[in-house]
Amino acid sequence: MSTSEVDPLVASGVSVALDGRLVLHDVDLTVRAGEFVVLLGANGSGKSTLVRAAVGLVPIIGGTVRLFGTPLASFDEHTRLGYVPQRTSAAAGVPATVQEVVMSGRLARRHVFRRRTAADLSAVEEAIDRVGLGDRRDSSVNELSGGQQQRVLIARALATEADLLVMDEPTAGVDHDQQITLASVLGDLVAAGTSVLLVAHELGPMQPLIDRAVVLDVGRVVHDGPVDEHTLSHAHSHQHTGAPPRTHVSGDGVWP
Amino acid sequence: MIDLLDYDFMRRALLAAVFTGLSAPAIGTYLVQRRLSLLGDGLGHVALTGVALGLLTGIAPLPTAVVVATLGALLIEFLRSRGRTSGDVALAMLFYGGIAGGVLLAGLAGESAAGLNKFLFGSITTVSNGDLVLVGVLGAVVVALSVGLRPQLFAVCQDEEHARVSGVPVWLLSSLISILAAITITLAMRTVGLLLVSALMVVPVAASQQVTRSFRATHLAAMGIGLAVALGGVVSSYEIETQPGPTIVILAITVFGVMAGVGAFLRRLRPQADPHLDMRRET
Repeated sequence: MSTSEVDPLVASGVSVALDGRLVLHDVDLTVRAGEFVVLLGANGSGKSTLVRAAVGLVPIIGGTVRLFGTPLASFDEHTRLGYVPQRTSAAAGVPATVQEVVMSGRLARRHVFRRRTAADLSAVEEAIDRVGLGDRRDSSVNELSGGQQQRVLIARALATEADLLVMDEPTAGVDHDQQITLASVLGDLVAAGTSVLLVAHELGPMQPLIDRAVVLDVGRVVHDGPVDEHTLSHAHSHQHTGAPPRTHVSGDGVWP
Repeated sequence: MIDLLDYDFMRRALLAAVFTGLSAPAIGTYLVQRRLSLLGDGLGHVALTGVALGLLTGIAPLPTAVVVATLGALLIEFLRSRGRTSGDVALAMLFYGGIAGGVLLAGLAGESAAGLNKFLFGSITTVSNGDLVLVGVLGAVVVALSVGLRPQLFAVCQDEEHARVSGVPVWLLSSLISILAAITITLAMRTVGLLLVSALMVVPVAASQQVTRSFRATHLAAMGIGLAVALGGVVSSYEIETQPGPTIVILAITVFGVMAGVGAFLRRLRPQADPHLDMRRET
């Protein structure tokens, strides 16, 4: 991986406002080549917003995002980026097979009005096998359970054969055995040089793979370093209302 | 039966039915996939303003309806992509504005509201040769783009955000879907009418997905059903002396009813439709 020496994702000083409310304040986040970074934080801490800003789905009002060294606005190497959005379902208003949905992961590599290639088909087949849905290839995603639909979305991102995988809570609803399978799939990819940014509520079987944890709290980074008990407890114990924490000083205050 | 081909107007009517029957479900499948089944209905209302504008200015109503419905489609897509300022209410305004504008302009042109009936409910036997050329060319464009761009359009309608991250030009393709829908609606104006055209975009899709599992099969089967009911509707309306538009729509709904029954029967035969089969195997 000679081209992957540049950091796949560098977000510096990123601020994001949604509906006029500041959701991220001056956030730094870097994913280095071959690194597995987990983004932790309570509900409403801004995890999803940060990854959505990093892949260009949410406009930023301050700071910069660079993907593989290219500013987000001019980034066009879409084949290097695999994305698993936060979804509860992979289904839409018309039936579609697992194979058809996962084939969408190849779009960055396909040309308009051209047929899919043998490489497209084999990448899709391999991705479906990797998430353990080989026997459901031709099933309609509408017929699958929630956890299976999550695995379809993961397979779609794997089919891109990207250098950076950005996954927003991909294991919600996926049972423990399948999480172990996914952890081993991601372990193999990271060993082969792929970088991963994972948003998670709990790490489960992924924990041994993780190089670094970034913890968000009400839109600010409060930890960036190795995963330890403190990080995990911090990411879980607090449930915030969305208002930044304030120090209340009794009396007349310190300023005259 | 054969004698119906002796009439020029019936030959034109059948040709118009072929193009409409194929193109309406071809683009309608994407609207259903996006859960925007009623968009066609709304565009039909807007197209009526275009028809009336044609009557008022003395230009043929078909081209003006294509232009106005396309502008309406772009406006709706703009409001939809913004996803705020209550797009629902904004759409409602556009729909009511469309039909009110149509009746108002038609009135100014000296046409009574009843005179708009042939546009609202279709009047396939009045298709002129000029209309037929426009319907044929635009219908072929709609079918070619709906089928040829299927991987891209499928991705945009299945998961817009994932498509955007994959570098698919989402705004361009979303607008294309809306524009193709607007064109199809205007083309179907002569066949089934502006108020019923949405049925030909949605009902064949709903019928075909009763028995299909893949998007590709749903898309192609919907076009087949659309073609069959459009032709069957025109022929039977001639035989039983009814209006073609409503006959086509009732036929389509009948096909839906039959397919729903067949689908329920097939699902009972297919045990692998159990979503938890894999879990059962593991335990």
